[in-house]
Amino acid sequence: MVELLSGGEMIARALEDEGVEYIFGYPGGAVLHIYDALFKDCKVPHVLVRHEQAATHAADGYTRATGKPGVVLVTSGPGATNAITGIATAYMDSTPMVVLSGQVQSHLIGEDAFQETDMIGISRPIVKHSFMVRRTEDLPGIIKKAFHIAVSGRPGPVVIDIPKDLTRPDEKFEYEYPQSVKMRSYSPAQRGHTGQVKKAARLLLAAKRPIIYSGGGVILGESSELLTRLARHLNFPVTNTLMGLGAFPGTDPQFLGMLGMHGFYEANMAMHYSDCILAVGARFDDRVTNTVEKFCPGAKIIHIDVDPASISKIVMADIPIVGPVQSVLTELIAQVEAIQEKDADLPDQSALGKWWQQIDEWRGAHGLFHGRRYGDSDAIMPQQVIESLFRATNGDAYVTSDVGQHQMFAAQYYPFDKPRRWINSGGLGTMGFGLPAAMGAKLAFPDANVACVTGEGSIQMNIQELSTCTQYNLGVKIINLRNNYLGMVKQWQDMQYEGRYAMSTYEDSLPDFVKLAESYGHVGMQVTAMADLDAAMDEAFAMKDKLVFLDIFIDPKEHVYPMHVAPNGSMKDMWLSKNERT
Amino acid sequence: MRRIISMLMENEPGALSRVVGLFSQRGYNIETLNVAPTNDPTLSRLTLTTAGDDLRIEQLTKQLNKLVDVVKLADLTEGAHVERDLMLIKVRATGAAREEIKRTTDVFRGQIVDVGPSIYTIQLTGPSDKLDAFVAAMPDGDVLEVVRSGVAGISRGEKVLSL
Repeated sequence: MVELLSGGEMIARALEDEGVEYIFGYPGGAVLHIYDALFKDCKVPHVLVRHEQAATHAADGYTRATGKPGVVLVTSGPGATNAITGIATAYMDSTPMVVLSGQVQSHLIGEDAFQETDMIGISRPIVKHSFMVRRTEDLPGIIKKAFHIAVSGRPGPVVIDIPKDLTRPDEKFEYEYPQSVKMRSYSPAQRGHTGQVKKAARLLLAAKRPIIYSGGGVILGESSELLTRLARHLNFPVTNTLMGLGAFPGTDPQFLGMLGMHGFYEANMAMHYSDCILAVGARFDDRVTNTVEKFCPGAKIIHIDVDPASISKIVMADIPIVGPVQSVLTELIAQVEAIQEKDADLPDQSALGKWWQQIDEWRGAHGLFHGRRYGDSDAIMPQQVIESLFRATNGDAYVTSDVGQHQMFAAQYYPFDKPRRWINSGGLGTMGFGLPAAMGAKLAFPDANVACVTGEGSIQMNIQELSTCTQYNLGVKIINLRNNYLGMVKQWQDMQYEGRYAMSTYEDSLPDFVKLAESYGHVGMQVTAMADLDAAMDEAFAMKDKLVFLDIFIDPKEHVYPMHVAPNGSMKDMWLSKNERT
Repeated sequence: MRRIISMLMENEPGALSRVVGLFSQRGYNIETLNVAPTNDPTLSRLTLTTAGDDLRIEQLTKQLNKLVDVVKLADLTEGAHVERDLMLIKVRATGAAREEIKRTTDVFRGQIVDVGPSIYTIQLTGPSDKLDAFVAAMPDGDVLEVVRSGVAGISRGEKVLSL
C-alpha cells in the first residue's frame, strides 16, 4: 500500500531513504512544517547551528571528510541568503551538497512577502542546479534528482526551494521514493576516450622531465590509490594543488609539495621545466599558473577531468581526456603497462634519473624553511605551530582551516598522507569556514583528532559556533595563529603598499579568547613562548572530548614563502624570503 | 567572429534565466536572443548570436552544455545553415518619402502591414545584414521604431537538432 504523507513528512522520509546522516540547519517560519515533521518522525539527526552560513560550511566539512553529500535546511529570506556564502564555497570546491530552503507560500511569491527572497535567482550562479517545487507530489522525485546531480559528474551544490504551503501537514499525497533517476538533459561522462588514453600513455612514457600535477578532483573521484599506484609505478614526481593535498602521500619522497602561488620551490621549478605534465582533476587555477602566457613553456599537457569545461579553459591541453578520474586512471595504468610489456626500456631511466637529480638539487637549495628565521627573537614562528600540531596528532588529524597566512602555513607544513584530511576553502577563500567545517568533520568522525587552524580574523567570522560545539559536545581543537593582524592582508601591504596597514589591524579590540572559550564551557589556553608550545599542544589533544581553544601568539613579522612574483611572473619566479628571489 | 548558437532546452520556468545568466556571469555578450516552444511542448528552442574566437566559443558551448536545463546544443555557424530575423519597423512616411519608402520596401521584398496618414509599418524578414541594410536605406531621422525578433536558425540538409 502506498503511504500518504504531507510535504513536510515527505522531506523527512526522503532524507531517510537517501541515507542522510546529518541535517545541518536552522528553523524559521517558512520551514516550520518541515521541522515539525522532522521532530515527529525522522531518524536523521538535525544539527542546530547558530548561523545559516555555518550550516552550509558544517555540511561541507562533513562531506569533504566523508565523501557523502551534505544536507542543509534553512528558512526563507535571511535564512536562505545567509546560506549563500557556504553554497558558493561548496560550488567553487565542487562539494556535493543539497540545500533545502523554505519559501513563502506560493500565492505570496512575488509580492515582497515577509522573509521573501528569490532564492533560485540569488543562488543561480553558484549552484550546479536548482529546483523550485511547484507541486507537493513532485517532492520525492526532485529530492532524488537533487542528490543525483549533486554527487555525479563534477559534484556541486543543488538548491531546492520549497514554498511553505507545499509542506502543510493536512494535505497528504502518495509517497514513493524513486529508485533511480533518468534525465534526458544530464548525463556526465562515464569513461574517457580510449584513443586519447593510449596517446596519453605513450606521451607519459616518452617524457624525460615528467610531473604529475593533481588536484581536488582526484580526492572527489576517490582515486588517490590509483594516482599513487601510477606515480610509484613510473617513479614520477608528484605535486598537489591546495585542494589536492593528501591525494598522494605528503611524506613520500616522490612528493614535491604543493604548487602555485605559495607552492614549494621544487614543485614550481619542476613544473616550469617539465616536458610533460599529467594534470589530473586540477583546473589550472590562477593561484597555480601565475602568468598564463609564461606557464610551463616546454611542457606537453595531458589533462584528465570529468568536467569538459575545465579542460583548455585556461591552458590548452595537448591531450584532453574527459571522464571520471577513477576510470581514466585505471585505463591509463593498463595502457602504460601494455606499452611497457612491448618496450621494457620505457620510460627513459637515465633521463628520469637526471630529472630526479635536478629536483633533489632544487629541494636541497631552497626547501621549506624549518627552524628559526629571526635569530634574536624568541617569538613562536607560525610554521613551528603547524609542525607541533603534526607531531601531536601523528600526522593523522582532520585539519580544517580558514583563509589567510595560517591556511598556507598549514598546507605547507602539515604533510597529509591521506585524502580528505585537509579541509579548506580553496576556490572561494571563505574566512569563517574553518570552525563549522571542523564541526562537520568531528560529527562524521567523533573519535578522530580534528583541528581547525585559524587566525584571529577568520575565527571571529563564525565564532558563534562555539555554542554549537557546546550543544553537541564537539571536541575540536582550535589552533589560533594569533598575530594581531589580518596576516595575509598585512603581508601584501608589506610587499606592495609600503607597509601601509589599511584596516588590517584591530588595535586593542580583540577579545580574551581564553575567557571567551570558557564562557561557552570550553577550555581556553594561551601560549606565548616557544618553550611551552609542544606541551600545550599535547595537553590540548589529551583532552579528547573537550573543545580547546589554543590562542597562540606568533611572530607578527612572518610572511608566507615561497610566493610567486606578480605581475608577469612565471611558475619559476618566486620570492623565497623577504629579500631573496629566484 | 559572429556565431549562431541554437539549443533545445527544457520548457521549464527559470531555464531561460540560467542561459542568460551564464552570459553575464562569464563575461559573454548576447547580441540577439530568440526563444519559443517547439512542436514538442516540453522543449523550447533558443537561438542566440554572440561573437568570439574559437576558444571562447568552445568554452561558452561547454558551459552552456553543463546547464542541466540545456538538452542539446549546436553552433549553426559551424555548417551551412539558414538564418532569419524578423523586423517590424515604423517609419515616418510623408510627402515624397512616402512613395520612396514603398519602393524600397518592394525592393527588399518587405510588406507594409500598417498604414497611417503619416506612417508606414513594414515587416521584413531575412538574414540580419539584410535587415540592417533596410534600416540604413530609410531616410535619416524618419525611423520611429524598430522591433526585431532576433535570429532564428536551422541547419541545411539532413542535419537536425532534436532529441
